[in-house]
Amino acid sequence: MNEMLDTGIGAAVRRREDNRFLQGIGNYTDDIVLPGQTHAHIVRSPHAHASIVGIDKAAAEKIEGVVAILTAEDFADYGGLPCGWQVNGKNDEPMKEPKHPILAEGRVRHVGDPVVVVIAETADIARDASEKVSVSYKELPSAILVDDAVGAGAAAVHEEAPGNVCYDWELGDKAVVDAAFKGAAHVARLELVNNRLIPNAMEPRAAIGDFNRGTGDHSLYTTSQNPHVIRLLMGAFVLNIPEHKLRVYAPDVGGGFGSKIYHYAEEAIVTVAAAKLARPVKWVADRSESFISDAHGRDHVTTVELALDKDGNFLGLRETTLANMGAYLSTFAPAVPTYLHGTLLAGNYVTPVIYCNVKAVFTNTVPVDAYRGAGRPEATYLLERIIDIAAHDLKMDPAELRRRNFIKPDQFPYDTPVALTYDIGDYEATLDQAMQASDYAGYAARKAESAKNGKLRGRGLISYIEACGIAPSNVAGALGARAGLYEAATIRVNPTGSVSVLTGSHAHGQGHETTFAQVVSDMLGISYDSVDVIHGDTDKIPFGMGTYGSRSIAVGGAAIVGAVDKIINKGRRIAAHLMEASEADVVFENGEFKVMGTDKQVGFGDVALTAYVPHNYPLETLEPGLEETAFYDPKNFTYPAGCHICEVEIDPETGVVEIASFTAADDFGRIINPMVVEGQVHGGLVQGIGQALLEGCVYDDNGQLLTGSFMDYCMPRADDFPNFVVSTNVTECTHNPLGVKGCGEAGAIGSPPAVVSAICDALSEYGVTHFDMPATPSKVWSLIHGGKKAA
Amino acid sequence: MTGEHRIPASRDAVWEALNDPEVLKACIPGCDALEMTGENTMRADMTAKVGPVKSRFKVNITIENQKPPESYTLSGEGQGGAAGFAKGGADVSLTEDGGETVLKYTANMQIGGKLAQVGSRLVQGTANKLAGNFFTSFADHLQT
Repeated sequence: MNEMLDTGIGAAVRRREDNRFLQGIGNYTDDIVLPGQTHAHIVRSPHAHASIVGIDKAAAEKIEGVVAILTAEDFADYGGLPCGWQVNGKNDEPMKEPKHPILAEGRVRHVGDPVVVVIAETADIARDASEKVSVSYKELPSAILVDDAVGAGAAAVHEEAPGNVCYDWELGDKAVVDAAFKGAAHVARLELVNNRLIPNAMEPRAAIGDFNRGTGDHSLYTTSQNPHVIRLLMGAFVLNIPEHKLRVYAPDVGGGFGSKIYHYAEEAIVTVAAAKLARPVKWVADRSESFISDAHGRDHVTTVELALDKDGNFLGLRETTLANMGAYLSTFAPAVPTYLHGTLLAGNYVTPVIYCNVKAVFTNTVPVDAYRGAGRPEATYLLERIIDIAAHDLKMDPAELRRRNFIKPDQFPYDTPVALTYDIGDYEATLDQAMQASDYAGYAARKAESAKNGKLRGRGLISYIEACGIAPSNVAGALGARAGLYEAATIRVNPTGSVSVLTGSHAHGQGHETTFAQVVSDMLGISYDSVDVIHGDTDKIPFGMGTYGSRSIAVGGAAIVGAVDKIINKGRRIAAHLMEASEADVVFENGEFKVMGTDKQVGFGDVALTAYVPHNYPLETLEPGLEETAFYDPKNFTYPAGCHICEVEIDPETGVVEIASFTAADDFGRIINPMVVEGQVHGGLVQGIGQALLEGCVYDDNGQLLTGSFMDYCMPRADDFPNFVVSTNVTECTHNPLGVKGCGEAGAIGSPPAVVSAICDALSEYGVTHFDMPATPSKVWSLIHGGKKAA
Repeated sequence: MTGEHRIPASRDAVWEALNDPEVLKACIPGCDALEMTGENTMRADMTAKVGPVKSRFKVNITIENQKPPESYTLSGEGQGGAAGFAKGGADVSLTEDGGETVLKYTANMQIGGKLAQVGSRLVQGTANKLAGNFFTSFADHLQT
């Protein structure tokens, strides 16, 4: 850390973006009002599966203020929404990839499937006119739950995917794993469901299309986590607009959690409509629409088995999963249950052999894709649950069973049997740290105190690992990614020494504007306030792959470091000229270029000014100006890991679960801003505990979404939680310049199994060893009253 | 969903009223228009509110299994535009009891779209209330 600064790397600087967010003076997509803008409203399918018999728009067209009414025919010239990742199944069979049309073409496949777009002078007119659009349907049988969808006689979501199977993928050698199970002293087995979730970012999705008739330039303002990816996908694959004629701008975005990674139909709709009408077209989702049009998360049905020897050493792991894809393949959906899931099944442990089989299944539900953690929460959940089951079966202490099987610090780099190489970690250190922070030893007294108050107390302990900062592009490409996964940054040093950082890592709540400025000001030895971070606009930023998978600091941060290094190198050449010294003798420290062994020095600001006012400058060998761009392609994933300990108190009369305490000890590598990290952990924990206790997406047998509003889909609130006890233990990542690993998803990955484990522990006297999330009061009450003690 | 109502009128009178579009129009809550479109089919326009969702429905009703004056089966489907749809059916039977008539029905209802999204757990209560209002009006109508 630069010793001159208290705002550098490692400092708990307050997030500068909160100034505008907390005052309500941010600039979100819906805040943008373009001259002459029109408003779109989308008529969506009320049926899970139906043929469109007819669309009558005559009555709607007569309403004053209606500008246009568009159906699939108006999009006949364009492609479907592309999928960004191809997964091949057994025998290299490519996944089934049915067309995902912009508007439904003769058939709707989920409640919420867009059918008609009504564009009007005001949002109210568009909405009223939508009521007058009459779409007649012939209902078709539907497939809703994954196990039903793969059953005999199930309705076909797409004719080209027999049995509704998108792919049947495997990782590992089944025969070898089966052999390991044959020799095992004990096999623990569990069937579980990883409950389907609805993301519910605070800001619903929105998009504005604009078209400049003078230049032929298209603009899309959108709520995206990765504007360049949208430009690439929509421009190249859907609308055939070259990059230089398409600007995608994602201004302030109010949370995404994955759901704003993907390219959605509405983005193409407003872009096409704006060009057709030569007027801007704005679409803003209402909350009800978000429930049925944002990609959902999780939804795995899994069987997992763990083989152990008589001492509790892991011998092998087997998993089979049905993963719900929904009605169409969302942008990254195929990767989530495979390369972001199967590859994580080693967890923090030495498990010699692992086999994973995942069938991805089409159903008549909203598409499912990555949601905070994306595949890794599902892997961690099944692994930590089966370890708890094994500990219960073998009457071993759950912490000791984990400790016994941990990969030890001297085993790194560690090649797992599921394709990854962990570079570094210390899992016992976070385990010990969490145990100490949670007063593990004092638990018996707390349990007795709870019992005295008529409450059942339980404790759950889990370890997790995740793979972040995805990944070397060539490796991702070999695994089916249809894009690179590097990041880009430009450092623009302005003539008077202030710095604009242009990053491809979009920020939608992560605090990049603060943390990235800390890194740059620290490296350049200049004031934090003189560094601004710019993101989100493809017209400004050279390129970027966006923000997801906890990749921003590990990949985006590394690109920034690369660009700063180039700035410093060029600055040294300018400084050497100014000081008439040899370039080799010039060093850069604390914002000053110095000639080693002398008292000669020149400040960074003077070098910057010289670069733009090159009167005394080596013009014959060096270009003027001080602006550098770097791309960074990661050498490996990063591997954040840690230990979570949850204590719950349950009221046996009501089944209400209270989180009594929650302790997280995480290893995120080097920490840039501990306050931001703590905030990210808090947010992740809240979402993970939300999944465990409150959230669950429910469809009825006909594919109607029953949890379609906040009345029925229970979101976590502040009063559902205690103060979290959060700490970090650092082993620095070995292969990126900052030594960082990423912290965005860890909370959501570790907390669900910790909570479920704690509840099972509290209910152990009723014979409960597992239940499927969420632990609603009625479910917990039933577990108590259906349990052994009650009987 | 089942229900039973005692109506102070003869079975023949009740049967006749149950098949009279004018009577039905007057008694169905929120019904703006109702007409026979065939021997066994009717079309109605009605406004219904489920929780926060209020919409006008165009309802097509088919009458089947008629055994005058004892029983029939109704099935219907209503399109509520952006609000979604509702469809369902009811087996209705009439038995004589003294000079009065006991009407029993077994009904089912399915809703979809926005109605289901925000109103699923309210639909039972709404349907019960609509049925109750209908039979109150219907009984009143037969008494006057």
